[in-house]
Amino acid sequence: MTTTVVKKEGPAAVAPAPTVGSHVRNYVSRVRGGDIGALPAVLGLIVLCTVFSIMRPSFLSAGNFANLFTQGAATTLIAMGLVFVLLLGEIDLSAGFASGVCAAILANVVTVLGYPWYVAVLAAIATGVLIGTILGVLVAKVGIPSFVVTLAGFLAFQGIVLMLMKSGTNISVRDDTLVAIANRNLSPALGWLLAGLAIAGYAAVQLLRHRNRVARGLLTDPIAVVAARIGILAVLLGLAVALLNQERSRNVLVTSLKGVPIVVPIIAVLLVIWTFVLQRTSYGRHIYAVGGNKEAARRAGINVDKIRISVFVICSAMAAVGGIVAASRANSVDPNTGGSNVLLYAVGAAVIGGTSLFGGKGRVLDAVLGGAVVAVIDNGMGLMGYSSGVKYVVTGLVLLLAASVDALSRRRSAATGAR
Amino acid sequence: MSATPLLELRGIDKSFGPVQVLRDVAFAAHPGEVTALVGDNGAGKSTLVKCISGIYPADSGEFLFDGRPVTINSPRDASALGIEVVYQDLALCDNLDIVQNMFLGREKRSGIVLDEPTMEQMAAETLAGLSVRTVKSLRQHVSSLSGGQRQTVAIAKAVLWNSRLVILDEPTAALGVAQTAQVLELVRRLADNGLAVVLISHNMNDVFAVSDRIAALYLGQMVAQVKTTDITHSQVVELITAGRSGNLGLVAEPALSTTGSGAESADTNPGAVR
Repeated sequence: MTTTVVKKEGPAAVAPAPTVGSHVRNYVSRVRGGDIGALPAVLGLIVLCTVFSIMRPSFLSAGNFANLFTQGAATTLIAMGLVFVLLLGEIDLSAGFASGVCAAILANVVTVLGYPWYVAVLAAIATGVLIGTILGVLVAKVGIPSFVVTLAGFLAFQGIVLMLMKSGTNISVRDDTLVAIANRNLSPALGWLLAGLAIAGYAAVQLLRHRNRVARGLLTDPIAVVAARIGILAVLLGLAVALLNQERSRNVLVTSLKGVPIVVPIIAVLLVIWTFVLQRTSYGRHIYAVGGNKEAARRAGINVDKIRISVFVICSAMAAVGGIVAASRANSVDPNTGGSNVLLYAVGAAVIGGTSLFGGKGRVLDAVLGGAVVAVIDNGMGLMGYSSGVKYVVTGLVLLLAASVDALSRRRSAATGAR
Repeated sequence: MSATPLLELRGIDKSFGPVQVLRDVAFAAHPGEVTALVGDNGAGKSTLVKCISGIYPADSGEFLFDGRPVTINSPRDASALGIEVVYQDLALCDNLDIVQNMFLGREKRSGIVLDEPTMEQMAAETLAGLSVRTVKSLRQHVSSLSGGQRQTVAIAKAVLWNSRLVILDEPTAALGVAQTAQVLELVRRLADNGLAVVLISHNMNDVFAVSDRIAALYLGQMVAQVKTTDITHSQVVELITAGRSGNLGLVAEPALSTTGSGAESADTNPGAVR
């Protein structure tokens, strides 16, 4: 009886079963209504890559492609954590130097104190969790605006890094495992295996969900769209792995350099975990709810303070992961680790990817796409021989562009009612 | 109608410091009926609702639910009894879709994963049970809905939890004519489905259009609770503004006794308090 009611009165009766055509039309109307998501980042990425590969053919080389990942990794990881804070409409300006503090702890534990790498990694992440807890409690319980709390953190953490560095010297990180994170590659076979597993896992999740929804008589995306999504992922992953598995050593006799950099699966796993948390758990749902309407969330029985503290914990913990990757890439930690442009690149990455500064809208994937844009600009302009000054200006302009796209699409969605 | 009210309040007092907001208030809500709660600004409507929903504990007085005495000290107690409040400002998250809003804070899960298909089905059934046909897709964001549709979602959210008493705080205050009619129709349907509905409204047309009983508050006192059919528009306005109308309402002070007036309400049900 219930099914007939649903069929008759439910949405199925109002909207006919979607076809590929209507799916595309829906998407177009959503974009027109201001719900552009990661579209600017994807388009920007395509344009930038096209321009750079025409101007400097070496941009497309396997070696440079691998460089892109290792250069952008730390920024992207920090940006992934920032997405959580931005989802509540808050900001964490201290994430850059928080990653520096955690990297300094890592270097001290592994090099100065001589503990094994996993103790150092745990210590670094625990430091991140502690920093996040302090920031979160100050914001949620004491009620200081996050801008001020994290600005204070930005200054203080800069000082803590200096103190941990014993004033100015740097500490090298020579542990094999830690150095491998950003400097070594998976064997080509392992790269293919992981890519295959990722595609199979994605396909299984998508197809199972599709079948489940069809079985229950709920509206679903047409199977062709589901298949297209799986196909696109398979093609992209396949191309990337194929390119990265090419020999990119200048002299094969000295050393062979091929395979997927180890940071790539690390980023991929964290991307999957955090996406799962945000999209498939009630905790993630509550983050969106608090970001959308704090009062409504409170009345729905959600512990708003706990959510606010927790996002700062996640952000600083991810900053710690970013700091570990940065330390691995540089083989050392110096007083400027996590400083200069790291934080602004990370915020820029999240916003360029489509995460709103106003809260309530964003995905972890945004950080990865935006991180790619930032890395491509940095890398491409470097290849073209521009100075750091020009790079900063261009990145600043791109961030400004992304923030205006965010603000304008928000205005547009307010006008059309869609978001 | 039904002999025992679903919710009955007796002798409710509530003060905020030196200000007594509710004085010896009696109130009843019957299943299958819409009880309109009227009163001027500051008469104590919102405070009474907050006492019922457990946001402010009452200072003294009796709560009977289904004829049994109960205590309501927190919103949790109220929702455990099946009392749900739909607030004036709706309390929906614009960035979430209809299903996500309806289940906010009480998501269905299998393990740690959200059980979206079950939630979507339950939401569809609830909306279908209320004969709501105006929403295009349950997966559209609430920001894309009209005011009436938002109100509908907020009401459906309250109904979803097998609630038995739904309190609506000015559900039509911000709506246009057509949307008001839509929401009033929904309010009526809630009562027809057997729920006890309390409707707070300033709009006399709305009150007379859907309510079965009218309860009037005047300066923190319940001056009358009568059947809608037994009272006229102007009498309700008098109760709201002056606290009495003819033989209804507060006992007239001797000097002001107006024996002659109010003849039109000859057969008023003596539901008046004091």
